[in-house]
Formats: sequence, structure tokens, C-alpha cells
Amino acid sequence: MDVVMLSRLQFAVTVFFHFIFVPLTLGLSVLLAVMETLYVRSGNEQYKRMAKFWGKLFLINFALGVVTGISLEFQFGTNWANYSKGVGDIFGSILAIEATLAFFLESTFIAVWHFGWDKVSKKVHCFAIWAVAFASNLSALWIIIANGWMQNPIGSEFVNGKAVLIDFATVLSNPFAWSQYAHTILGAWLLAGFFVLGISALHLVRNNEKDFFGRSFKLAATWTLVLAVALPLQGHSHGVTVTKYQPAKLAAMESHWESAKSAPLYLLVFPDEKNRRNYFQALPVPGMLSFLAYGDTQAEVAGLNQIGAADFAEFVAKTGYRADTPVAVMADGEKIIRPLKPEDAVPPVLPTFLSFRLMVGLAGVFLVLAVVAWLRRKDIGEHPKIARALALAIPLPYICLMAGWTVAEVGRQPWIVHKTMLTVQGISAVPASSVALSLAAFVVVYGCLGVLDIWLLRKYAMKGPEPAGHAAGVA
Amino acid sequence: MTDILSHELLQIIWFLLWGLLWGIYFVLDGFDLGMGTLLPFLACTENERRTVYNAAGPYWDGNEVWLITAGGVTFAAFPTAYAVLFSALYAPLLILLFALIFRAVSFEFRNKINDPLWRKVWDVFQFLGNFVPALLLGVAFAGLFQGIPINENGVYMGNLLSLLNIYGLLGGVFFVLMFAVHGALWLNLKSEGILRARAEACAHKLWLPLTGIAVAFLVATAFYTPLYSAYLQTRVLGIIPLLAVTLLFSVRIMLQAGKHISAFASSAGFMLCVTLFGVIGMFPNIVLSSIKPEYSITVTEASSSQLTLTIMLCVALVCVPLVIIYQSWAYKLFAERVTEKSLQSDHAY
Repeated sequence: MDVVMLSRLQFAVTVFFHFIFVPLTLGLSVLLAVMETLYVRSGNEQYKRMAKFWGKLFLINFALGVVTGISLEFQFGTNWANYSKGVGDIFGSILAIEATLAFFLESTFIAVWHFGWDKVSKKVHCFAIWAVAFASNLSALWIIIANGWMQNPIGSEFVNGKAVLIDFATVLSNPFAWSQYAHTILGAWLLAGFFVLGISALHLVRNNEKDFFGRSFKLAATWTLVLAVALPLQGHSHGVTVTKYQPAKLAAMESHWESAKSAPLYLLVFPDEKNRRNYFQALPVPGMLSFLAYGDTQAEVAGLNQIGAADFAEFVAKTGYRADTPVAVMADGEKIIRPLKPEDAVPPVLPTFLSFRLMVGLAGVFLVLAVVAWLRRKDIGEHPKIARALALAIPLPYICLMAGWTVAEVGRQPWIVHKTMLTVQGISAVPASSVALSLAAFVVVYGCLGVLDIWLLRKYAMKGPEPAGHAAGVA
Repeated sequence: MTDILSHELLQIIWFLLWGLLWGIYFVLDGFDLGMGTLLPFLACTENERRTVYNAAGPYWDGNEVWLITAGGVTFAAFPTAYAVLFSALYAPLLILLFALIFRAVSFEFRNKINDPLWRKVWDVFQFLGNFVPALLLGVAFAGLFQGIPINENGVYMGNLLSLLNIYGLLGGVFFVLMFAVHGALWLNLKSEGILRARAEACAHKLWLPLTGIAVAFLVATAFYTPLYSAYLQTRVLGIIPLLAVTLLFSVRIMLQAGKHISAFASSAGFMLCVTLFGVIGMFPNIVLSSIKPEYSITVTEASSSQLTLTIMLCVALVCVPLVIIYQSWAYKLFAERVTEKSLQSDHAY
């Protein structure tokens, strides 16, 4: 494999691994804040125990989220130097602002919360967890504004391959970014809901700490139901936004090859990427794709075979792209040339198409599970089958979120900055052997840490809360 | 609003802030890195080891954010420097990264299982996760001061060992000793009993080697790097290395006088001056090429647009004072020493 593919793989591995820990942080921080607020309001010690127990799981998860984030920041420089050089003016400044505004807040107040139970007043302690919840969700906003700019680069101008900031307010108010942010946050909060539901259900079936886990379950059931309903609704609106700014991504999601008015949605379809058509398409719902994409059954939906050429022409006109210009010259003088053909200016269809289906299918499962959990919120302990299903469902939102990000990122290809810079143009001139080595190290180290972390989470989740009134140490 | 400050002035301001950020990172995370490096040498019993962990407990994560910010500011204010430096220093940066990952995990995982072998394994990672970054940061910064082998396109022409020349190694040892003394001074403030006495003695003992290496580094800098030319041109800047030396001696004097907080503060000031001494010496370059001076990258060439630098300055002027206020509050909140009793609480590491 060459340096381009290795660098892309390494980023994919590290960003997916990072995102195992992030969504639980985003959602569970808010749930912890709600629990502790209930404690401060009511004085009921049970809520304090809840904040402590779920907080312990939160902390085991949190540490890996923080450190795996640094690998991503570093990689922009180590493996994507040409990208960094080109976009630092906008992308870099957003990351710097993210650190200044959100990471300091998050890291300081998580310490106050973790170590401050006996050091600050109840209210200050409760404020600390709200600050953590606010800061982690704020940092997600900034990173998605940065990603949103790659998806829909507005507020800037490209001069000699370098982005120059024109209007910061435009970058910040990017409609694509906000829609993607809402989508990500709803998904992350839903994941946290299922996490609490699944663990609580298992304890309730075993008659363990009935009041404690009953309260946890009830809180999470309502929370999860609201999100499981809101997510598909918002998801539809996000789909419309994606279509507006990235018709190629939508066409890849639906394996839609030829532009058509009043385009149908095929219930059975499978892409034949090589021949740029579908192996088969059956059971059309007339005008449905047009409706989903534009809210109008008559609208024309652009097909991949038309979009590629058009996007490519726009790219050439904007940047003066020449296919024979090397994307990088290595230290030994080797020139890396990766010419792009007009028809290839579309995303890989199969992974985008399949990930999209996986995501939507799982969202349906979540809706069913959330309704059932809510209906059984008072007596889940007497329904061991449902309880076990909920426990087994804990990994599903993780898979769903990964699939969603695959749609977002694979569906953006071949661009690193939409229609402005190719992913291959972003690489560093580092030897492929170095990247192969670091990729192998990431796989081994992350693999081991991931297994350990999940094992610890499981162990502490199954152990349950410390007995009431008990405050002795672990050691 | 964008034309209040000229682009040139903004570039100089951000260059200084860039140096300052790295300096603050060294001062803050430096005591964590130093304590972790000293862990196997100072802590003999389980309670002593846990005291060392908890002396860094509420701080290390917040301190590490200064590294993220220093990286982010390099990216934002000087994208070309970020791209060239990070891709050139590929291997050392990734090793640094893995070391920091293991450090974070050793904090979080160690106390979760009460088993001597489990804890011993994480103690090894805690040591490596602090010692290796200390060493690498020293080697890398010595490399920056000396210049790295980059060609006209900013592509790294050296190999894995290019940075490990005499000056680079000297830088590495210098940083390890500097952080170790800093860490010992912090532990001296945060622990009690035998461990505290050992930490104080350690700071005493390491002071002389640190001073020796610091002097050697300052002398070698004249032979291996172009840093002094800036100081010969603008003599008033010479106050920075002078201040560094003064503060280093102040560490010793304060220690002897039993003024432990002042000793730690002097050490912090010393580290800040050392960083600024190196960074300012590089001006007007931000990346020096050891192949040809023409290949070096100047602050002007590397910098972002005037608008971006202005916006970031506004954000920094509003937010950084706030950060300093709440981080100081948190430092104060956990200022008391780690005691046998505080180790009993269920949230201690």
C-alpha cells in the first residue's frame, strides 16, 4: 500500500476508535448533570449515588476519549501536511478556538467534579458537572464546524491552493455544520440513553438495587424515547441539507446513477459500482426519492453519472487542477501522482450505500426498543427477555454512529475539502514505511486499550453502586 | 475591526504567544512529567506511589490541554510551520503521543484493580509515559533550535536518528533533569512525611547536575545553533538568559532557606525563560533548516491571514484570562497535601 492509502487508513482507524468514547461522554455528561440536579433539588441521596455510580463509568470512558483526540490533532500535521498548510487559516483556527473555549473548561471542571465531592458545596459540585456537559458538547460543536467547513467550504476563498478566511461569521453559521451537529448530538445522547437502559435492566432482572436502578431506568427510558423519535425526524431534515450541498453523497447513499425527475425510491436495490448502474432495482415507491431529497415528488434528483463530471468541471475551473501535477514529492525525489478522471469525482458507492442502510435500519430498531423500554419502565425487572434485549442493544448505537460517520466521510470523497481540494492532495511527504509502522502501532495499542477499557467498564457496571452510606476507598 | 493591528505586528504577537504557550505547557505539565519520571526512585510503598499519582491527580488532564492548545495555535497561526514540523518530526511525535496515551490510561486504570502485578504494570507505564515525553520534548526542541534537515519544499530529508546528535541528546537530558527537579519541588509541596523529605532531598541532589547540563546546553547552543545572533543584535534581550540563570540559582537558595513555594515558582520561571530564550532566538524564523539557511521558514511565510490572527487574538484576550482564573481556582481548591486520610476517599487514584 502507498502512503496515501496508509494515511487514510490510519486516520480512519484512529478517528473511529476516538469515537467509541466521545458519544458516551457527550450524552452521559448531560444525564449525570440531570441526576445531580435532582439530588440538589430533592436532597434524595439516591440521586447522589446515581451520579457517583454512572460517573465512575463516565470517568473510565472519558480518559481514553481525551487522549485519543490528541492523536487526531497531531495527525493533521504528521500525515496531512499539505492539507494543514492549505487550510490552517480556517480549520486550524477553529481547532485552536475549540481548545481554548471548551477543552480547558471540560478538563478543569471534570477534575473539580471527580475530586471535589467533599471540597465544594453541593451546588458548586452540581455546577461542575453542568460545565463538563456544556464544554464537551461545545467542543463537539467546534469540531463539527471544522468538519462542516470541509463538507461545505464557505466564508473562505482559495488562493494558490490555500484557503483564506473571508468572513468568520459565515464559517460559524454554516447550515451544513449545524445540521450535522444536531444529528451527531442526538445520536450521541441516544447512545448514552441505551447505555443506562441496558445496564439498569440487567440489574433489575437480578433484583439488585431495585430503587436505584429503577430510577435510573425510568429517567433513561423517557430520555431515550424522546431522542429515538427526534433522531429520525431530524435525520430527514439532515438528508435534505446533505442533498442541497452534496448531491453526490445523496446519490451514493441511494445508489442513484442517472438524473431523473420524480425519482422513485427502490426498496430493493444493489449497486454495481464497476458498471455504474444497479445489479437490480425493484419495488419502486414512485416519487419518493424526490420527496425525501427535496420535499417535492416532482423534483429532479441528480444521478452519480451526471454529478461526477459536473463537480469535476467546477473543481478544474476553480483551482486550475492539472492531473499530472504531483500531489507530493518525497525526500528521495519520488513524485506521487494521482490523476483524477472526471467520472471518478464521486464517492465510493458501495460503502456509502451500505452504511446508510445500516444506520437507517438501526434507527428503526432503536425506535421499537425505546417504545418497549418506556412502556415497561416501571416493571422491566419482570421481563427478563426485554431486559436482556436492552443489554444486548448497548453496542448497536455505537455501530449506528460509526455507520453515520462513514456516510458523512466516505460520502465526501474524493474531496478533503468539498469540490476544492482532493483527499490525495492533502498528504504529507513522509515515507510509506513510517506510516505503516505507526498504523500497526495504533492498531495494536488501541486494540489492547480498547479491550481493557471495555472490560473495566463491564466489571464496574456489573458490580453496581457502592452500598448506601458507604464511603470507604478501593485500596 | 480587522485593521487595528498590522499583519506584521500580529505575526510577532502570535510568535511570542506561541513561545509562551509552549513555556506554560512545560511549566504546568512539567511537574507531572517530572514526578512520573521520579516515581520508581522516590516512592517505595503502595501508599507513597498513590501519593505521587494523587499529587498530579486533579491537574494532569488540564495541564495536557495546554499541549493541545500549543499544537492548535501552531496549526492556526502558523499552518506552514505546523505542517512542516509535524511531518518532519513524525517518529518522535508519534512516540510522544503513545507515551502520553499510556500515561493517561495508567492514571485511570491503575486503581481500578487491587492487584500488585496489575498496579506494577501501570507504574511502569506511568514512568515511561512521563520520562519518554520529557526526553523527546527536549530532543525535539533542541532540534528546532539547531535546525532540522528540511529541503526547499519543507520535506524532511533526515532519518530517525538525525535528531539524536550531541546537541539533541544534551537537550533531552536537560529537559529530563529540568522536569525532574520541577516534579520533586511539586511533590515536596504536595506530600508529607518521609516521601516529602525524599522529594526535597532529590531536588537538592539533582540541582547540581541540572545546573551543569544547563550551562553545557547554553555553551553548546553557541556552537550548534544560530540562536545567539538575535541576542547579539538586540542586546536587551540578553536579560532572558540572564534571568534564567538567576532563577536557577534562586531555586537552590530558596530550597536552602526552606521557602518551598518560592523554590517551585523559581523553577517555573526558569523553565519559562529557557523556552523563551530558545524561541526568541529563532526569530525571524519559526522553522530552521539545517541543510541551507534559505530553506528556513520565516514567521511571515508561515503565518495565517491578518483576519484569522485578529480573530484569534480577540478570542485569546477574552478566554485566556478566564481560563487562568478558573484553573487557578481549581489549583487552590486542591492545594492541600495528599495525606494518608485523603488516600482513603473513594475517588482518589
